[in-house]
Amino acid sequence: MSVTSVHKDVEALTMRVEAAFAAPLERVWRLWSDPRQLERWWGPPLYPATVTEHDLEVGGTVRYYMTGPEGDRHYGWWKITSVEPPQVLTFDDGFADAEGNELEEMPSATVAVSLEEAEDGGSTMAITSRFPSREAMEQLLQMGMEEGMIAALGQIDPLLAES
Amino acid sequence: MVVGIPSSPPLDDVFYALSDPTRRDIVARAVTGEHSVSALARAYPISLTAVQKHVAVLERAGLVTKSRRGREQIVSTEPRVLAQAHAALDALEAGWRGRIERMQEILDTTSEGGST
Repeated sequence: MSVTSVHKDVEALTMRVEAAFAAPLERVWRLWSDPRQLERWWGPPLYPATVTEHDLEVGGTVRYYMTGPEGDRHYGWWKITSVEPPQVLTFDDGFADAEGNELEEMPSATVAVSLEEAEDGGSTMAITSRFPSREAMEQLLQMGMEEGMIAALGQIDPLLAES
Repeated sequence: MVVGIPSSPPLDDVFYALSDPTRRDIVARAVTGEHSVSALARAYPISLTAVQKHVAVLERAGLVTKSRRGREQIVSTEPRVLAQAHAALDALEAGWRGRIERMQEILDTTSEGGST
């Protein structure tokens, strides 16, 4: 299991997950910096992502959509707030409407990624995701009850099928 | 308050609890207000006993609480906001766990610079 720890701070609306990989730092960074690799892990199995814009500069934007089982498209965006290859990436993570327009300029979460070289030649990755407001949290929960939860459940289906 | 999650069983309970559409609907209703078990039973084409079983599963997962008011059993998230936060953070956690698993799969299946 790659995940080494999870901490949730309910009052600060923050979740931090840490993972360890055997691959070197530069290799793990490319999961984020190469849009074709990003597409392979960002969306849940039933909602693969297609990245249409990928500008990892401060102030830059990443745009993507996820295609659902019915051909339904769900658009989202990142606004990059800091980037220090191959170790630091922070961004606001938000939803967009059916045309790809941002919804109310409000991010649903802020995400901070921190990569470190491990002593064994592998790497560790810490991801801190925070809801910027109760409203953002409630928005995600509302969408989440229908979409996010189902998407999350979709992730465990293949695991269940294997066992 | 910092909540450490040293093992996965609680999350498994949440996943299991939310794997059923009726239970998801009960949680969605409980988030927006209090409902009695009998009122919930009237909302679905299933028996009161079946609704009680669904509520028990949700209760075990910590998604709802049940309290007695007169002859009624009231289903609520308590305290509501905290439960919402838990549910939202759980959804966030589940999403990132899936992503990290897929990252691992990509690292495992590409020869590009990856160590064995």
